[in-house]
Amino acid sequence: MGHWTSEQLAWLIRRHGIEMTHLSGGSHIGAILSVADIMAVLYADVLNYKADEPKWAGRDRFILSKGHAGASVYAALAEEGFFPVEELKTHYQNGSRLSGHVSHHLPGVDFSTGSLGHGLSAACGMAYAAKKDHDDSHRVFVVLGDGECNEGSVWEAALFANHFRLNNLIAIVDHNRMQSLDFSENTLELEDFATKWKAFGWNVIEIDGNNHAELKSAFKKAEEYRNTEPHKPTVIIADTVKGCGVSFMQNDILWHYRFPHNGWEYDGAVNELHNARPAGVEDPYTPNGIQNPVKPQSTDDIGHDHTFTSTWNTSYPETMRRVTAKSGTKEPVHCVVEEN
Amino acid sequence: MRDTFVKTLVELAKIDKNIELVTGDLGFGVLKPFWEQCPNQFTNAGIAEQNMTSVAAGMALEGKTVFTYSIGNFPTLRCLEQIRNDCAYHKANVKVVCIGGGFVYGSLGMSHQATEDLAILRALPDVVVMAPADLVEAEECTKALAKYKGTAYLRLGRGGEKRIHDKIGNFEIGKAIKVHDGEKIAVFSTGAIFEEVTAAYEELKKQGYNPAVYTFPTVKPIDKEIIEKVSQEFDLVVSVEEHNVVGGFGSAVAEVMAEMKNKKAKLLRIGLNDEYSIRVGNQKYLRQQYGMDSNSIVEKILKEPTNV
Repeated sequence: MGHWTSEQLAWLIRRHGIEMTHLSGGSHIGAILSVADIMAVLYADVLNYKADEPKWAGRDRFILSKGHAGASVYAALAEEGFFPVEELKTHYQNGSRLSGHVSHHLPGVDFSTGSLGHGLSAACGMAYAAKKDHDDSHRVFVVLGDGECNEGSVWEAALFANHFRLNNLIAIVDHNRMQSLDFSENTLELEDFATKWKAFGWNVIEIDGNNHAELKSAFKKAEEYRNTEPHKPTVIIADTVKGCGVSFMQNDILWHYRFPHNGWEYDGAVNELHNARPAGVEDPYTPNGIQNPVKPQSTDDIGHDHTFTSTWNTSYPETMRRVTAKSGTKEPVHCVVEEN
Repeated sequence: MRDTFVKTLVELAKIDKNIELVTGDLGFGVLKPFWEQCPNQFTNAGIAEQNMTSVAAGMALEGKTVFTYSIGNFPTLRCLEQIRNDCAYHKANVKVVCIGGGFVYGSLGMSHQATEDLAILRALPDVVVMAPADLVEAEECTKALAKYKGTAYLRLGRGGEKRIHDKIGNFEIGKAIKVHDGEKIAVFSTGAIFEEVTAAYEELKKQGYNPAVYTFPTVKPIDKEIIEKVSQEFDLVVSVEEHNVVGGFGSAVAEVMAEMKNKKAKLLRIGLNDEYSIRVGNQKYLRQQYGMDSNSIVEKILKEPTNV
């Protein structure tokens, strides 16, 4: 159990995420922000670990399979004492231990990821080994992306986990409905996503993945399932908003790769977070927020729907369109387009 | 060879309960002794090699010694990235076992012929690559790999291979085995093509030549010391492999020789000449068609001007 409350930790992950991508020019802030609440609840309330003994045999195993959101796990580990918080600033830098994608050459990381579709299988192996040894001392958690579920190996692992009755395995899908180029549903239709997992033999819990109360009760329910439905693994489908926490990054595909540049992008993100800071947390980089922040001008590219407008979407084949949405909003994005 | 592997692994697994065998739904009639005698250490992961390999990595990171088992290119090329990222990078204790290295599954066609596996696996850091020549080497390789902590690739033939070595003293990963002393010509081989090399040796002896013969059960790490020594003493070094000449065993030998300051020997690489097999036939037939049967080996050696 962690040093911070989940709300505090989630805020810190977001603040570190903005700083780390800003300093490094690193990608994937959208994913870091969408998964921040899942990571925070895991490290604050769910996972058993000892920061001073990262290889403690009784620890819950954890794999961040969507390794491109590596900054989120680095921030959680640093804030919970696995390594100095100062080191976060070295993310992507020459000589750093903090590669853009998750590296096990850091204390507290059980498994390196970065190529999608590996984590669930490795987690299966860990859970299966524990089952074979009749070792009930720990569980195995893995966080996947929904785009990652394009990978066939995810479904190989889903079959395996059910077949071998891995009820010590809990998968969480960060279901932010976006991937590299577009909405997931416009890329390879995933819905009905929950039904797919059910059909593969899993317990399915569907929640708002940016809501801590729902996350906590989902993990409780997953624990109950271990006893009441011991023959099944459990997946929590956590509906999240990509870019959650910074209004102009929300639901905008631009922020899958873009980092917050100097000027209104960085200043705006920092000040929005600053104003939403929970009690008991200091901003480690800008303790008083940014005075006189640069504001976006009318010519700046903000609030535009990069997923669908001409700035981004000049030649995307219309036949693949399945959903419409608005960027910069937390509103539901899934308005299924009527097919002719 | 696969039966020798299974028999050896059963003996090891009975003693070491940490040994696990995971198959990708292959081994009908072959793996039965293992699952009958070590049922709790056996898993069929289904026809899903990517998952099988990452599962093996996960199990290994929890302390198991995991052998994954399949045929041809399925346990290697099909899940190469899982071997690279999940096994090798984590130094996971996973031994990837392939039945059917080279033209073993000849008539089944190109999909089942493993003729680039040594090159590709050899290019991965922290992966030991082994290809035993006969049943004796197969047993020794299996024993050595069960003890070795880390990721490895074991390329086996199938059935019908013989015991060619009498016995091997001091078997070690990374060490070549001297089969015959000789002069002027030295033949190096890896894997089950050793039977063709043995026949070629007999023929060359009949014709009055006296070639030395070495087998290399380990392709990586390659036995640099032996290659350097032989390259200084002999006129011709011949590498023979049932594999593409690009990147495999012959290339490993060439890499060592190319960096030598004073060498006497020229190198002749015998193997598949950078092509896929489009012909249909059994292993023996395909070896003839692609120039690596005993007659072709003799012919190619005698064409070398350094020896005539």
